[in-house]
Amino acid sequence: MAENFDLVVIGGGPGGYVAAIRAAQLGMKTALVEREHLGGICLNWGCIPTKALLASADIYEKMNHAAAFGLSVQGASFDLGKIVERSRGVSKQLSTGVGFLLKKNKVTVFDATAKLVKGIDAPKVIAIAKDGKQTEIIAKNVILATGARARTIPQAGLEPDGNLIWTYKEALVPNTMPKRLLVIGSGAIGIEFASFFKALGAEVTVVEALDRVMPVEDKEISDFAAKQFKKRGMNILTSANVKGLKKTANEVTATIEIGGKAQEITADRVILAVGIVGNVENLGLEELGVKIDRTHIVTDGMGTTNVKGLHAIGDVAGAPWLAHKASHEGISCVEKIAGKHAHPIDPRKVPGCTYATPQVASVGLTEAKAKELGYEIRVGRFPFVGNGKAIALGEPEGLVKTVFDAKTGELLGAHMVGAEVTEMIQGYVVAMGLETTEVQLMDTIFPHPTLSEMMHESVLDAYGRAVHI
Amino acid sequence: MPIDILMPALSPTMEEGVLAKWHVKVGDEIKSGDILAEIETDKATMEVEAVDEGKLLEILVPDGTSGVKINTVIARIEGDGGLAAPAPTVAPAPAAVTPAPAVSAAPVSVNAAPSNNSGERVFASPLARRIAQQNGVDLASIKGTGPNGRIVKADVEGVKGGAKPSVASSNAPQAAAKAPATIANMPYKEGSYDIVPLDGMRRTIAKRLSESFRDVPHFPLNVDIEIDKLLEVRKQLNAQAETMGGKISVNDLIIKATALALKAVPEANASFSDEGILMHHHADVAVAVAIDGGLITPIVRNAELKGILQISNEIKELASKAKNRKLLPEEYSGGTFSVSNLGMFGIKSFSSIINEPQGCILSVGAGEQRPVVKNGALAIATVMSVTLTCDHRVVDGAIGAKWVQSFKGFLENPISLML
Repeated sequence: MAENFDLVVIGGGPGGYVAAIRAAQLGMKTALVEREHLGGICLNWGCIPTKALLASADIYEKMNHAAAFGLSVQGASFDLGKIVERSRGVSKQLSTGVGFLLKKNKVTVFDATAKLVKGIDAPKVIAIAKDGKQTEIIAKNVILATGARARTIPQAGLEPDGNLIWTYKEALVPNTMPKRLLVIGSGAIGIEFASFFKALGAEVTVVEALDRVMPVEDKEISDFAAKQFKKRGMNILTSANVKGLKKTANEVTATIEIGGKAQEITADRVILAVGIVGNVENLGLEELGVKIDRTHIVTDGMGTTNVKGLHAIGDVAGAPWLAHKASHEGISCVEKIAGKHAHPIDPRKVPGCTYATPQVASVGLTEAKAKELGYEIRVGRFPFVGNGKAIALGEPEGLVKTVFDAKTGELLGAHMVGAEVTEMIQGYVVAMGLETTEVQLMDTIFPHPTLSEMMHESVLDAYGRAVHI
Repeated sequence: MPIDILMPALSPTMEEGVLAKWHVKVGDEIKSGDILAEIETDKATMEVEAVDEGKLLEILVPDGTSGVKINTVIARIEGDGGLAAPAPTVAPAPAAVTPAPAVSAAPVSVNAAPSNNSGERVFASPLARRIAQQNGVDLASIKGTGPNGRIVKADVEGVKGGAKPSVASSNAPQAAAKAPATIANMPYKEGSYDIVPLDGMRRTIAKRLSESFRDVPHFPLNVDIEIDKLLEVRKQLNAQAETMGGKISVNDLIIKATALALKAVPEANASFSDEGILMHHHADVAVAVAIDGGLITPIVRNAELKGILQISNEIKELASKAKNRKLLPEEYSGGTFSVSNLGMFGIKSFSSIINEPQGCILSVGAGEQRPVVKNGALAIATVMSVTLTCDHRVVDGAIGAKWVQSFKGFLENPISLML
């Protein structure tokens, strides 16, 4: 049997479900096909459950340092099973919440796998439920929001086995508390798990192929963060390539090459965090002739693909692989379909956050990138140690860095490392979005005492006017 | 308590105006209905009448101040003691003629400028403002692409970088590349000329027609029309009309034929916009009228629905109001098609500049006896040459030609005008 809709969204992650709700708000009859959990990776296997784990780790760490705050805690310990149970509970609560939101907005949800075949206005969607029941969905527009998954490199043995070698998925529901953990890849995913297991007492080694951790961040920030990680006892190997993994019954030995010299590291568990690949398979995209570049669908930045009526948003449409980028793209795409004024995403205005200890948050151009693009720049810096609130919180390690175009006063980039910076970056994102210059930022009154005052000071510093340093 | 007198909005689109002249001075006792001042907009000069009474305490905006934003306090009167609520203190009275020198009948016409930018607050990001200032770009000349038309960095960079500037249709007095037409740049000796200051109307004519001629891809279509029959019908009509107190001109018949041709070929009754082509429901025919200091195009609305006598009377009234600069904004804005007739000056044929956002303008020459070939023999006929200038973005050659054919048909078989 066939059902007709204005729009069908394939994938119920932060790109897909947000797009579906926006479409419903605009009066479209909307369907959403999700094969597993509403909320996608973000909510079930990514952003949210990792934050739950890190919240537990943070409290545990604070308990271990309670004496510094005049408190005494004896016999602090943890139960990994309960930490994970809490994390799963958080995901479940939110996933159910997404279900309610979709229902409230009258989006029809198909608990099914989708396949595309040729159609008239847009490809037809065949929803195949777990019981094998097929529903043909005919819509004027189809949005693919199928997301991405962990990249694996089988040739180098970088392939999860569900036991010793994990991806983020296994790492979120660990079958044991590893004593020795090897994390391959130092992007946001790798570093967050490294921080979590380090906080719980594991011996953690992070291997990064490039010359520094979190290589997309400003060098000064990633160097600052690396120093903090090392201070906390993390072993960090950069410019290091994993040549192979050798498994025994209970441990894995990795052969790692650094500067032409090979060394071996043995760990109880390995986490693979070497990037992600788009979910473009088994959807019928080849038959439709959808243009795909490596593992992502090529779009115009507002989701339009080369196939009539077919759109793609979020991770499957390419980097940056971030939930908020997917949601924003979903909204732009739907508004464009509805004939509203929509803008493609400006990648320079997409913030990025890493919830390690310390946290890292950034938006816009790094200092090096700005110079490379030929900007004459002014750089402002303000350290956490100069901020009253940071000292009161016992968080004196951190840095807020701003990069301005010396000629126009445009805020080109902002880079932060330290406590709670992920909650502050949006201030700079708003400023960039509204195209403020240094003047408006300097004229803004930041409340005292807050960590955000450092954002002000950093701007002042770029113009030689910082007060508290 | 003193009552503020505010700069009035004389039309729905007016954002600012020139405070041309005060008719009262400080200390005068003002009575309700007194003429306080003359305000000049880009179209007309109007008088401001007093609503409140009392002694004029101060004049805050002196004579001849231009760019006075609406609702600016321009003067204060004493008002009587306890009266609160300085409600609307002034009411615009559409009247008054500005003494303007130079008469010319340009074969062009001006419509109400959609004054989206002129003088109103320009919404621009701080960064866009700074980049504009650093590069000498006039923000008012840029169309914003940000939320609600806000001008953002990319808009300014589009202009300064030489990419196609998205110049708004009003308020771009000079093309970006062209040197400003200042007197200093001209090769005329000082003392060898008099300077006639530019009033609002002249500025509007200069601006809008420069833009139209530069930005609208236009082309002319010429045709000769024999009007002997038309003149005969007119004579008969006038015999009737005179008993009803009217007199029908050839131009009245041309307007009627224009309206009927627009009904027959509705594709020519169109306007271009970035969001799509506007197909107008009615033939609102703008008739160019030369007036002191310029020209204006009052509109015969729904002309396709009106009889010839009604059209004739309306044109007479509008032209007279125009000459006295008494036209109300709604009487000269929003036409869908223009007609400019220079036949009375003996002009044989000419082509006009498109009156944006209208899609076409018709230029009508003089009717004169000319030798024509009929059935292989020379004959004499009264012939009138007309030119239709079309905006090629909305009216292609074939459509323009179809319209001209239809128009010619109505005039050469004038009985069809009566249908």
